[in-house]
Amino acid sequence: MTDVLVIAELLDGKVRKTTHSAITLAKTIAAGTGGAFDVLAIGDGAKAAAAELTGFGARKVFATQVDGGYLAENYAPTVAAIGGSYGVLTVTASTYGKDLAPRVAARLGAGVASDISGVTVEGGTLTYKRPMYAGNVFGHVQLTTPIQVVTPRQSEVEAAQPTGGASPVEDLAATSGGAASARIEFVALEQSAKSARPELSEAATVVSGGRALKSAEGFQTVLEPLVDAFGAAMGASRAACDAGYVPNDLQVGQTGKVVAPKLYVAVGISGAIQHLAGMKGSKVIVAVNKDKEAPIAQVADYFLVADLFKAVPELTDAVKKARA
Amino acid sequence: MKILVPVKRVADPDNANKVKVAADASRVTTDGLEWKINPFDEYAVEAALRLNENAKSGEKLGETIVVSIGPKDAAQTLRQALAMGADRAIHILAEDEQLDSFVVARALRAITEKEQPDVVLLGKQAVDGDSNTAGQILGELLGWPVASFAATIETGDAGKSFVVGREVDTGVLKVKVTAPAVITVDLRIVAPASVRNGATPADHAYGEGARYASLKGIMAAKKKPIDEQPLAALGIDAATTSRYTKFELPPARKGGAKFVADVHELVSLLQSEAKVF
Repeated sequence: MTDVLVIAELLDGKVRKTTHSAITLAKTIAAGTGGAFDVLAIGDGAKAAAAELTGFGARKVFATQVDGGYLAENYAPTVAAIGGSYGVLTVTASTYGKDLAPRVAARLGAGVASDISGVTVEGGTLTYKRPMYAGNVFGHVQLTTPIQVVTPRQSEVEAAQPTGGASPVEDLAATSGGAASARIEFVALEQSAKSARPELSEAATVVSGGRALKSAEGFQTVLEPLVDAFGAAMGASRAACDAGYVPNDLQVGQTGKVVAPKLYVAVGISGAIQHLAGMKGSKVIVAVNKDKEAPIAQVADYFLVADLFKAVPELTDAVKKARA
Repeated sequence: MKILVPVKRVADPDNANKVKVAADASRVTTDGLEWKINPFDEYAVEAALRLNENAKSGEKLGETIVVSIGPKDAAQTLRQALAMGADRAIHILAEDEQLDSFVVARALRAITEKEQPDVVLLGKQAVDGDSNTAGQILGELLGWPVASFAATIETGDAGKSFVVGREVDTGVLKVKVTAPAVITVDLRIVAPASVRNGATPADHAYGEGARYASLKGIMAAKKKPIDEQPLAALGIDAATTSRYTKFELPPARKGGAKFVADVHELVSLLQSEAKVF
């Protein structure tokens, strides 16, 4: 019987959708071992955020108010204090989870399985499957510590849907930070401009552009109409981000966002291993590239060899018609 | 300032798709692949060198120590970092099988406590295990603040504090840390203006990426000391927290690319065959 604690991710006092993947993992483990799961909402506005989490079947939802912006130094002591009575702690492997989880694990002497794509439960033993080597190998790992800390990859673990019910919300006092807390301060979170498009890690269709688009204007005038024709999220290769054509948080890859949409359209992206690591879990992959030898061909289902500046506007019109 | 940079050797990341799994699934084999310095650690070396120099006058402002925990041949990775400009190296001899992020973090804590650096600067993840945990665990074990995923670092208070721009999912989260601290770096830390140390003129732009070792640097590296000691000599708890039961290759994507003649054919296949809309 393994009880699981989900650590919710909050932004501006709201629950980020990343949280729902951790809930799915918690449910799987709790169901497989005959345990229960609780949720901890921690941060500024935790009480209101906790109310968003009462419909997922948790035994309890804890709310810990911590003023100011996110600092692991101010969160980890509370998470570790409550986490000591659970078998598994889980938070989705967003940049938040990747920063916080190991900090909590170190406090608890708990092993970490990070960025996992799935779990199997056999006779109470949990085995986690995780991509390694930029997604070129899967490792199956067991943690040998009494408490385990696990971060699921959002694109691989489906978001939990509300199941109704009303988990009770309980206030939990914050445990104050240690010496490290006094040596770090939150300066600012400079959020990227909000887009009306779906979020990259959640979209059913992603259209990404590479350096071949040649400029920020190339993205705006050529790629964006295609993105919107599909009702897609927009992504980019590292090269396009580095060149300043689009903001860095659109980067898809081993070290950017990992996506696994139903349809991924790669425009002018050659397909470096690091980029493939971020999108090869997509169901259908389309490449538009003038070089038919480009490595993106290794993963593409459909490959249109063409000059993107000519083909993409045509494709945009055709998609609009097909979807009309 | 004194900066400690842990570096790991990894199988050539640009050929990660050539990694194999042993027939009994017990381990990953990287035969035929060259060892390279983990790219994020290379970026950490570059960031440390930028913090510790006046790029205009060439004056050195502090000591950069690189450390690696690994087999004998990890020395080559340390030489590479020394050739880039690090001052000295520490090599903790250990087999890869003995290590996980906790053992590495405990070993690094022991070295950090001995060396007393102002900053431990390391890559946010090693691109073989892709765990992204060692730096955060180290910070917690030391009781130091951690600024992870740094895209920018700017020193203040005469090198005693750093404003770090952390690259996060929703934008850039800026924190100010007071030394001693752990900073893990993301790939944009090697952009031309990512590191500001108050000595290098503000209008100085570095080249994109980590610096190459010059011939002079390579020659000098041969004379720089590498302090070698076995993992056991650190007197740390060497128990791992994880155990891999098997490895497997991901299923190959079927077929390979179907080349389409034009936009019309593409859209009709997406509708009739892939059924995506």
